[in-house]
Amino acid sequence: MQATSTVRTPLVTGGKTIHDVTEDICRHIENKPNKTWMLATTVSLGVLLAGGYTLAVLLWEGVGMWGLNKTVGWAWDITNFVWWVGIGHAGTLISAVLLLFRQKWRTSINRAAEAMTIFAVICAAMFPLFHMGRPWLGFYWVLPLPNTFGSLWVNFNSPLLWDVFAISTYFSVSLVFWYIGLVPDFATIRDRAKNKISKAIYGALSLGWTGSAKTWMHYETVSLVLAGLATPLVLSVHTIVSFDFATSVIPGWHTTIFPPYFVAGAIFSGFAMVLTLMLITRKVYKLEDYITIHHIELMNIVIIITGSIVGVAYLTELFMAWYSGVNAEQYAFLNRATGPYWWAYWSMMTCNVISPQLFWFKKIRTSIVATFLLSIVVNIGMWFERFVIIVTSLHRDYLPSSWAYFNPTLYDIGMYMFTFGLFFTAFFLFAKVFPVINMAEVKSVLKGTSSKTIEDAKAAKAAAAKTA
Amino acid sequence: MENNKRYWKGVEELTNDLDFVKNADREFPEYLPVNSNKESSEDVGTSSNRRDFLKLMGFGIGAATLAACQTPVRKAIPYVVKPTEVDPGIPNYYASTFQMGGDYAAVLVKTREGRPIKVEPNKLSPINQGVSSQIDASILSLYDKNRYKSPMANGQEVSWADLDAEVTAKLDEIAAAGGNIRVVTNTVMSPTTGAAVGEFIARYPTTQHVQYDAVSYTGMHLANERTFGQQFIPSYDFSQAEVIVSFGADFLGTWQGSLEFSKQYAETRRLGDGKKDMSRHYQFESNLSLTGSNADYRQPIRPSQQGVMVASLYNILAGRAGATPVSGGDMSNATLGKAAEDLWRSRGKSLVVSGSNDPDVQVMVNAINQLLGNYGTTIDNSTPVNYRQGSDASMAQFIDDLKGGQVGAVIFFNSNPVYDHPRGAEIKAAISSAALSISTSIIPDETSEGVTYIAPDHHYLESWSDASPKAGHYSLAQPTISPIYNTRQAQESFLTWAGNSTKMYDYVRTYWQSNMFDAANALDFDMWFDKMLHDGVVEMSSEAVELTYTDDTAAAAAGIGRNYSKDNAGVELALYQKSAIGTGAQANNPWLQEMPDPISKATWDNYVTISQAMANEMGIKLWEGKTETVNLTVNGVTMEIPAMVQPGQARGTVGLAIGYGRTKAGKVAEGLGTDAYPLIGMLNGTCSMDITQGVTVEATGNQYQLAQTQTHQTFMGRTNVIQEATLAEYKSDPFAGYEGMEIHTSEGIKEPYAISLWGSGHEYKNHHWGMAIDMNTCTGCGACTVACQTENNIPVVGKQEVVNRREMHWLRIDRYYSSDAGPASNGFDIDGQAALEIASDNPQVTFQPMMCQQCNNAPCETVCPVAATTHSTEGLNQMTYNRCIGTRYCANNCPYKVRRFNWFKYHDNKQFADVNTPANDDLGKMVLNPDVTVRSRGVMEKCTFCVQRIQLGKLEAKKEGRRPKDGDVVSACTAACASGAIIFGDMKDPESQISQVLGITNSDDPEVDKVVTNPRAYHVLEELRVHPNVFYLRKVRNNEGKPETAEA
Repeated sequence: MQATSTVRTPLVTGGKTIHDVTEDICRHIENKPNKTWMLATTVSLGVLLAGGYTLAVLLWEGVGMWGLNKTVGWAWDITNFVWWVGIGHAGTLISAVLLLFRQKWRTSINRAAEAMTIFAVICAAMFPLFHMGRPWLGFYWVLPLPNTFGSLWVNFNSPLLWDVFAISTYFSVSLVFWYIGLVPDFATIRDRAKNKISKAIYGALSLGWTGSAKTWMHYETVSLVLAGLATPLVLSVHTIVSFDFATSVIPGWHTTIFPPYFVAGAIFSGFAMVLTLMLITRKVYKLEDYITIHHIELMNIVIIITGSIVGVAYLTELFMAWYSGVNAEQYAFLNRATGPYWWAYWSMMTCNVISPQLFWFKKIRTSIVATFLLSIVVNIGMWFERFVIIVTSLHRDYLPSSWAYFNPTLYDIGMYMFTFGLFFTAFFLFAKVFPVINMAEVKSVLKGTSSKTIEDAKAAKAAAAKTA
Repeated sequence: MENNKRYWKGVEELTNDLDFVKNADREFPEYLPVNSNKESSEDVGTSSNRRDFLKLMGFGIGAATLAACQTPVRKAIPYVVKPTEVDPGIPNYYASTFQMGGDYAAVLVKTREGRPIKVEPNKLSPINQGVSSQIDASILSLYDKNRYKSPMANGQEVSWADLDAEVTAKLDEIAAAGGNIRVVTNTVMSPTTGAAVGEFIARYPTTQHVQYDAVSYTGMHLANERTFGQQFIPSYDFSQAEVIVSFGADFLGTWQGSLEFSKQYAETRRLGDGKKDMSRHYQFESNLSLTGSNADYRQPIRPSQQGVMVASLYNILAGRAGATPVSGGDMSNATLGKAAEDLWRSRGKSLVVSGSNDPDVQVMVNAINQLLGNYGTTIDNSTPVNYRQGSDASMAQFIDDLKGGQVGAVIFFNSNPVYDHPRGAEIKAAISSAALSISTSIIPDETSEGVTYIAPDHHYLESWSDASPKAGHYSLAQPTISPIYNTRQAQESFLTWAGNSTKMYDYVRTYWQSNMFDAANALDFDMWFDKMLHDGVVEMSSEAVELTYTDDTAAAAAGIGRNYSKDNAGVELALYQKSAIGTGAQANNPWLQEMPDPISKATWDNYVTISQAMANEMGIKLWEGKTETVNLTVNGVTMEIPAMVQPGQARGTVGLAIGYGRTKAGKVAEGLGTDAYPLIGMLNGTCSMDITQGVTVEATGNQYQLAQTQTHQTFMGRTNVIQEATLAEYKSDPFAGYEGMEIHTSEGIKEPYAISLWGSGHEYKNHHWGMAIDMNTCTGCGACTVACQTENNIPVVGKQEVVNRREMHWLRIDRYYSSDAGPASNGFDIDGQAALEIASDNPQVTFQPMMCQQCNNAPCETVCPVAATTHSTEGLNQMTYNRCIGTRYCANNCPYKVRRFNWFKYHDNKQFADVNTPANDDLGKMVLNPDVTVRSRGVMEKCTFCVQRIQLGKLEAKKEGRRPKDGDVVSACTAACASGAIIFGDMKDPESQISQVLGITNSDDPEVDKVVTNPRAYHVLEELRVHPNVFYLRKVRNNEGKPETAEA
């Protein structure tokens, strides 16, 4: 690898050796689950089951179980969809874009971030699927499959169809990328496995990895190619999601700024979610040496930047509404700020624009507690952003006769809880059976940037000077 | 003991045949050709081979599978012998007559395979051009499973023979003893029914026929007796009136004869074709009525002021005419003064009416019309109408007699006075004092609950009858289905009890032969009667009656002086009828319950309407239907009723609708709202819907949720939605009121229509269906919404789902109030926009029927991922239910919010069984239109422009080898509209009415498929350039553009 300046702060602290890395990560997979993990998983499963019940009722009775009405046809469902997709952005961004930019600090967080991406996208996909009136038909009618309905085909004009392609592509690429990265680590676990079953399973998962130089070369190449493939997807997915709104005629939706604004928002919320999860994992798995304050600070800086972009986008929207001279457009924005949903708008503004600005203070952005709290605040804010865009635009659009108010029901909340349960159950299972940190990549940055090697180098230098 | 018995398999075994011994060890001794493979063996018939085996197995499996998969056929019974006049799939229309409680309409009943499915107006009728929501919905009352299924005695089902025997015996007994017999009815306007009751009276001479009306018009009868010497209500001709002044008469909504008046009124409001004049309409009233909301000038007044106002108007006019003024008429009011000016200017071409039941007020109104010379022009005394003939005095006498035990037998002939008479409780308590009590009600009601015998009548669609709505006007009613239950027409019951066994058909026929048939003009009665049956209506010359006017103003003014005052301080209550529910007779009809009130847009409830000022005093806010209840106390009786904050409500008054609070009416109606009938008071000897004394209203603080379909009241100054002009502006510039958006482009300012991303748009080679809605003639009555619901099998969702804002109506009528605030400077004007949300205290009202606009560039079509909504070659925006997966993206992207989603399964679902009766019980389902799919859960639906009617019209024309001509295709809403405000047709046909009205000319510009030259025509949300196929004709008001002050 390339030379690293000795003045650079180490990426892994605590003087970890390569063996330490393997031990620290594999320990969680090989040992019996600890109590904290059992508790967390049980709670997640409980939430999943409770949410699953509301989902079952929804499927049995109809979408009417939600609080939607004739004016507001989408509310929590699509809000949650966009929110989860947004969260699913950080993984690929961290793995692919940062890989291309040779940002080595990503190595300790990319695995969990990618896992989070995959689970978030799965959660996101629940909403477009179950918000349909007839999901039992919709799940395959939206695919351009040859059929016996004559010349019936999907409507390629529809942004919803673009969504189907965008999300499924993003999901497949992310999954492959994540899995390829896991292969060397699976091999490590396979090699350390003591019982036959895990040896067999991890052996199968590691696809016959030998660790030869040739294999490593292939691995590096595939990673790079996939990173190249995934990078445009980071931009495209949320761009296309934003088309759902931008191509419509509804004031507050019909906005050309949406694609960049949505992408920035997605990275913003994705990083916040990665932080939330990583801070928990770090604590529970005692990975403070791998996920250091330095990592947290870097991520917080990304949050300031994307948060500021989002803030500028909000102001631009307001300006454009005023500048357009279109009454309905202006009223849509006035109504966001002062209408019946003013609290949602101001929650969004506070959480998304004002709170991340606190990270300008070094003390705050290097404080774990503050970071954790703010990362949650940002995710609340980003949920409200989607709610504001979707619900407050719809509830008062063109004809005042149809203006209505949306109230969520237990089933709206239940479905959201269901995805939370799904996400955390999946994440905790992942944390138990898969290596949460990419051992192979962390080892690659250990030599140049581990505090111990730097100290070793310093000591060697000093010894040399002495000898001289 | 050893068993020595031996059994043989047959004689062969006993005899030890060679053949038998040889095969004895085989299971099947005979030769079985199992393995025979010889195709040419002699016994081909019995031999089998592998191929045959496979064939048989294939057939066997196939047959078994088919048998297992067969869908059970449920109750589909084909005709063994097809009736010649019934073709499956082809509707038959029968002319008939709707009459209920004095409401009348000549109707055409559409039947499919022997079951009536739709009531439409009989366009041959000179009286009604449309139908009301109640008439439209009456078809569902036919299929009400709560109906009486057979005659009953003491709560037990009996046979008609037994019932007749018992009833006749008792009647004879009572008549012999000289006991009084009373037949209690609402207004009977059927001559044949009158004759049948007459025969009954002849047989039992102690019988009296008592007529009453739930809403009494006795005052008009008495007033005409005082001024013209006869009890009658004259015909009015609003179409001849240039100035119309109404004191509380809701003549477009619930007043007697309103269907005819809607048509006449519309004629005076229609503009275009060189006609640039319209009537001017003043309304003085307490509650904001449908009529008041159409008025050019509307002055809210207290009920206690009405008499004084009328007298004051008389005095102003008397001053002009040089007649003697009356005492007390000294109220001055700007609107009243202006009305007087206009009336005087339009002498002989004006009309003053009053909804009051006080004879003194009506005498005064007669005097005003006499002063103005309106008799003979807008008022026709020689053609009295028969809509309301009830007498308060005779009903009061009946109740006193009943209570006094002087009534031996009482027959409630399709009347329900226990519920709909203010003294109903007294009747209920006293019914048992009559030795014989009979009800002919078709459905259990409050009155039939307490009688001994039920002799259930047919529904009117199962009956033979006739009607005479006016002198000289006759209409026949014929059955359109054979009786569903073991019921018998009430007239036939009367005839049977009178000893006449004639069937009703023969009776009507004979009656018409002897009374209506004019042998001099027609040769053959049979042919004439067939024509009558076909036409349904006939007009006969009646003698002009010259009535002399007698002035009685002095006495009337004295009475007014006693009963009215300029400045009553207390709260006053004005009872009213809602358009859909009316008197409550059809309360068990879910279509009517769910039809939004034209003014308040509330469903499934009645409520106290209070002014905004009173709401502020009591701290009541109405937001998204959430309100509080109030304690309404009237002369000591307190009721807790939800409050509806109602702009336009006169200060210091409250309104309350009758027709609710049914205790026995069927599952749909029971428990809805509060019964207001007991509050009806007496004034000057007649029933009065206005209670001016002893009324208090107190806030309770209890929360209540009203189910409103529209909760935002104003149009926020959005001129791209509502465009209006005053008549003066319109005269100087026919385009007045047009406020199109200007788009700044590099080539200068352009109209939105001139810019497009869409290229050349759709090409319509054959037809291009379009609709024009004249907002000047639309009264907002809502009949079209029920017609649409009936035609298109639109589900009823019930109160809770309306609260959840999920009503399914494809066609709704948006009702907007004006706001006192001026136009906001822009969409960002916080204070301006907030002020626009608040309706004026006395707002101007605009109605805008809103349905799918069938956009040529439809936003819904592009966003559907599965192409379930597409554009037809005839300009329709089509919805394919089968393909819909229910993403609701189309509904979100619809700028008009006209798409409706099936949130639940509304058919065959217990959850909706009590509200959506047309799709939940077997009887109710008979009303469904077989041409329209019942939509499943999870799909989107919307107005189709009645595509099934378009297809039928085209097919009929094709069968006749011609192009469809205008009128072949009429949408359900157009057909129902009483004022002709909805015009539907082919815009490609230059001869069609819509092309004429819109002034469509072809354009050279390929991007513009047509040019509409009617200056009043506009598109809602024109700037979106979705190119709707629905045009609105701008509303023009004959006033100065500002509403009147709220206080009189």
